[in-house]
Amino acid sequence: MTRSTVSGAAAASRSRRSRALGRLIFLGPGLTYLIVLLLIPLALVLSYTLFRRGRFGGVVYEATGENFTRLFDPLYLDVILSSLRLATIATVIALLVGYPTAYLIAMLPRKWKTVALVAIVLPFWTNFLVRIYAWIVLLSGPGLVNSTLGELGLGPFEFLYNQGTIVTGLVYSYLPLMVLPLYAAIEKLDPQLREASANLGARPARTFVSVTLPLTLPGVVTGCLFVFVPSFGNFIIPELLGGGRSIMVGNLIRDQFLKARDWPFGSTLALALIAVLIVLLLLQAWSARRA
Amino acid sequence: MRRPRLLYVPFWATYLFLYAPIAVLVFMSFNSGDSPYSFEGFSLKWYGELAGNAEIRHGLVNTLVVALGSTILATVLGTLLAVGMARHSRSKLLDAVSVLPAVLPDLVLAIGLLVFYGMIKMTLGLHSVLLAHTVFGMAFVAAVVRTRLTHADTSLEEASRDLGAGPVTTFLRITLPQLTPGIAAGALLAFTLSVDEFVIAFFTAAPTEPTLPIVIYSMVRFGVTPEINALATLLLAVSFTVVIVAQRMTRLTESLS
Repeated sequence: MTRSTVSGAAAASRSRRSRALGRLIFLGPGLTYLIVLLLIPLALVLSYTLFRRGRFGGVVYEATGENFTRLFDPLYLDVILSSLRLATIATVIALLVGYPTAYLIAMLPRKWKTVALVAIVLPFWTNFLVRIYAWIVLLSGPGLVNSTLGELGLGPFEFLYNQGTIVTGLVYSYLPLMVLPLYAAIEKLDPQLREASANLGARPARTFVSVTLPLTLPGVVTGCLFVFVPSFGNFIIPELLGGGRSIMVGNLIRDQFLKARDWPFGSTLALALIAVLIVLLLLQAWSARRA
Repeated sequence: MRRPRLLYVPFWATYLFLYAPIAVLVFMSFNSGDSPYSFEGFSLKWYGELAGNAEIRHGLVNTLVVALGSTILATVLGTLLAVGMARHSRSKLLDAVSVLPAVLPDLVLAIGLLVFYGMIKMTLGLHSVLLAHTVFGMAFVAAVVRTRLTHADTSLEEASRDLGAGPVTTFLRITLPQLTPGIAAGALLAFTLSVDEFVIAFFTAAPTEPTLPIVIYSMVRFGVTPEINALATLLLAVSFTVVIVAQRMTRLTESLS
């Protein structure tokens, strides 16, 4: 054995050891934290879906499938379907409002672009409850909208506590999350493509449908996902703007945990919520791969 | 490319929609009357009432304790994790787990932690919220720092290793200084998210130790008072300042680098 291979082997073993040490130091603490406070809690929720509720809350470890059959009880199924519907309507409205806005922002001069974008995200960084509260002040019985209408001899109307107000609240809260990915997608678009389409005689509407929209589709999908996901699982907006009844699946989950004390069924509802979101994420991954 | 005139209608409608409710809220906070709806005259009386509200002060202190504690914890754990993922691991699974808290619906994380705390029989308090906020704070710090790491030059780190420095020395002397702007941005993000976070805090806080969003929630549920308007205005002012300062800071660091 020559000296150089000996020191080479020693160096190799040292570097192997230092790599193992590096893994332990850098990955160890964070990974441990994620396992204990994320993966174990999620696994617990998942396992609870298979058990029965205790008589005074808590869980009896006795396998059952009744939590899943209960999901299809019309009482709960209706709530799940109505959350799907409300979240979908909010997403579509946010897209219809957000797309032209993002499009115009992308075409502004550089300086105004930044201002316009900051102005879009600014409300999003302010307290969520405060923004919901602002709508209560605006729309409630003696609120500003009604008193203005009253001057004109109209009303008063009951604006609050219906599904329309819930949708308004959802759009208001998550619109920035629609505009940002749309903007990113539109901004990347090569203007020459649109010009080429126009030069070849396409009308603006045709150019939009055949060139702009397909090329910005990944942004559309991401934006829709960003609005739909927090809307679907929301329980604050339906509670504060929808009148406190269990209208959306988020309220139902909250009630199962904090009021009815039926943790297994609450967990099953949460699993249903996650299942819907996973399907959507897969759809997004599929559309991103195609693009 | 010409800007289509017609687009200005939805454009301005969007900004009107976003800012009109906020503007009304701020305006009404200076009302001298008792009604949060009809403006009677200018006054700062509701700000005075606010300053004397012990419940709100208690919530504010709790929120700051939670946000500060979880930010420190999340920054340390998230930075280490980011370096570990970028330099010491190629695991796709780990990548997925590290972003999970950021994409998981807050309600699901909230019930998971509630169930977990119940299982290990931990009493709820501020510490339970702090630990919970660290979970998503860490995910955001790790994501921000990691983007910075993938753009960073690795040749300096390699040179440091070749000269015999161990992973810790290399990290402290070479990697960390390069990462400072990313770490600061991640920490700011974790702090802001924690201050505003309601759902997870609602599930994991003790009833006697509410955070500020929980206090606001119970006030809003109870009814509309001009005092909430004043509080909302102050919160708006703080977050607007933070966002604008952060915006300026990133532009400054961008122009420096």
